[in-house]
Amino acid sequence: MTQKILAAHAGLKAVKAGDLIEANLDLVLGNDVTVPPAIDVFYRTGATRVFDRDRIVMVPSHFAPNKDIKSAEHCKKMRLFAAAQAITHYYEQGSKGMGIEHVIVPENGLVLPGYCMIGADSHTCTDGALGAFATGVGSTDLGCAMATGQTWFKVPQAIRINLTGELRPHVAGKDLILYIIAKIGVDGALYRSMEYGGPGIAQLSMNDRLTICNMAIEAGGKNGIFPVDQVTLDYIREHAPQAYAEHRYQIFTADPDAEYVQTLDIDLAEVPLMVARPYLPENGADVRQVAASDPAAIQQVVIGSCTNGRYEDFKVAAELLRGRQVAEGVRCFIIPGSQAVYLRCLRDGLLADFVDAGCVVGPPTCGPCIGGHMGVLASEERCVSTTNRNFVGRMGSPESQTFLAGVPVACASAVMGRIASPDELPALVKA
Amino acid sequence: MSENLVQPSQTQANCLLSGKLYCYGDNVDTDVIIPARYLNTTDPAELARHCMEDLDADFAATVKPGDFIVAGQNFGSGSSREHAPVAIKASGIALVIAASFSRIFFRNAINMGLPILECPEAAAGIRPGDNLKVNLTEGWIENLSQHTRYQAAPFPEFIRRLMAADGLVGYVRGKYSFGPAEEAKA
Ligand code: SF4
Repeated sequence: MTQKILAAHAGLKAVKAGDLIEANLDLVLGNDVTVPPAIDVFYRTGATRVFDRDRIVMVPSHFAPNKDIKSAEHCKKMRLFAAAQAITHYYEQGSKGMGIEHVIVPENGLVLPGYCMIGADSHTCTDGALGAFATGVGSTDLGCAMATGQTWFKVPQAIRINLTGELRPHVAGKDLILYIIAKIGVDGALYRSMEYGGPGIAQLSMNDRLTICNMAIEAGGKNGIFPVDQVTLDYIREHAPQAYAEHRYQIFTADPDAEYVQTLDIDLAEVPLMVARPYLPENGADVRQVAASDPAAIQQVVIGSCTNGRYEDFKVAAELLRGRQVAEGVRCFIIPGSQAVYLRCLRDGLLADFVDAGCVVGPPTCGPCIGGHMGVLASEERCVSTTNRNFVGRMGSPESQTFLAGVPVACASAVMGRIASPDELPALVKA
Repeated sequence: MSENLVQPSQTQANCLLSGKLYCYGDNVDTDVIIPARYLNTTDPAELARHCMEDLDADFAATVKPGDFIVAGQNFGSGSSREHAPVAIKASGIALVIAASFSRIFFRNAINMGLPILECPEAAAGIRPGDNLKVNLTEGWIENLSQHTRYQAAPFPEFIRRLMAADGLVGYVRGKYSFGPAEEAKA
């Protein structure tokens, strides 16, 4: 699929793995960390106007609401550039449609099946969930792409991940991707495309697919991609109604004889609830195993980020936290991924559930995911997080520890005060 | 602030590089190359002051212009932050040799002209303290201490063109002609 999308955008009949091509871009994305240096690059190319103001997305999501003067200056630089260039999809904090970049791009219907897009952020691969080619690049790429609407790619080899069977209760996309990364390692898909298929995908919601593609980069992958099916079409009908009605998307399918460097067969029923220990996302294991071998207390839980910060994630969280209490000694942060997610949680009463349970509810931001603000870890502190990276110092002090998990494990851990599976939660007594 | 962020490639043919080695293992990620807590700046000099801080606290204080980094698999994994190659370059590192690079790091390094060589044999064979002689254009590394020579795969033609154009910005400047300058807005 990836190869076909790339060929179409390079104006070529076909491409093969290893080819270096220059492709047209449907969408170009950047944030408050990567856009400011890209603006300098943009002017250094000699350009004065962006290639297409409707095809550039700019979001202040990392250190916004500004955590200090320097980050405020970065946001200001991006804001002024966006205004000068009349960028259509610039999302100011608090505005409708604002949020973490990879949450809002699909939510606002900005990415469509068949798109070829780059973002100066490694988790741009999230958008492959919609059958698009989406990959992360750096600020130089972003600056040049803002000028030209094109970029260069090396056509990747593909890994086929063939899914069958059904997920067990509570097990979701996050567990599956942690399971895959535990199997193939953090460089298991280096330079490669991770292409999902098989009968098992039909039951994966768009939320699951977005989580799975989000973490392609944690396996080293260039992109993750799902075929377009009814789930995809229903999603774009809801989120991009006009583009859907006008059929502005393109469905690419993998050839039956497509070449894969590796095929991974996974029976979804074999996937347990996962926890990835510090300091690599590949250190994943069954939560029961981790809980048994590591009963020490945790001090923080984070539920949010571009990996697990969508409405469905908070719905699951509320079901587990409603009527329960966050353990003493644990700070539990709930960070909706976008204004729309926040509003829906608010209207449906989920935020009240969280506050009742003893959580802190924050505004849509990357915040603690990169140890930026709003939940930075001190030394010796241990955190269970639904984010995507547990590197040394990722969420704060280099002596802190982050355990990656899905929403149910994060909630159970918040209540138990240690790494725990939702099965361990005491039953709620009905009043 | 910006001028140094994307410097033209300094890779000269046949240049003899030699320097002190900083040897690291696999999966050196961008969060240890430059921790996110410093991403509120793009100033290369300041980034360099915190380069490798969470992995090797002595690095920033001891590194000298012309030194090398030698590392294992998947160097530069993690985020897309160009601050990582910028920090390494600004700290004076002349060349990074690794068994493999994460793809975004690879791309960023090429785009901004930080010399890199991908060579598993070299990454495995080189010991701290070895003296190296390197030819970037031809991709060979001579280990003067061990009397061995390693050959990295040469860069493909397109990437050599990028490098010859002083990185991606130079390439784009040469290839595209943009509208008149009076339209420019700062
Ligand atoms: S939530 Fe975390 S991983 Fe996602 S874009 Fe923000 S910082 Fe990056």
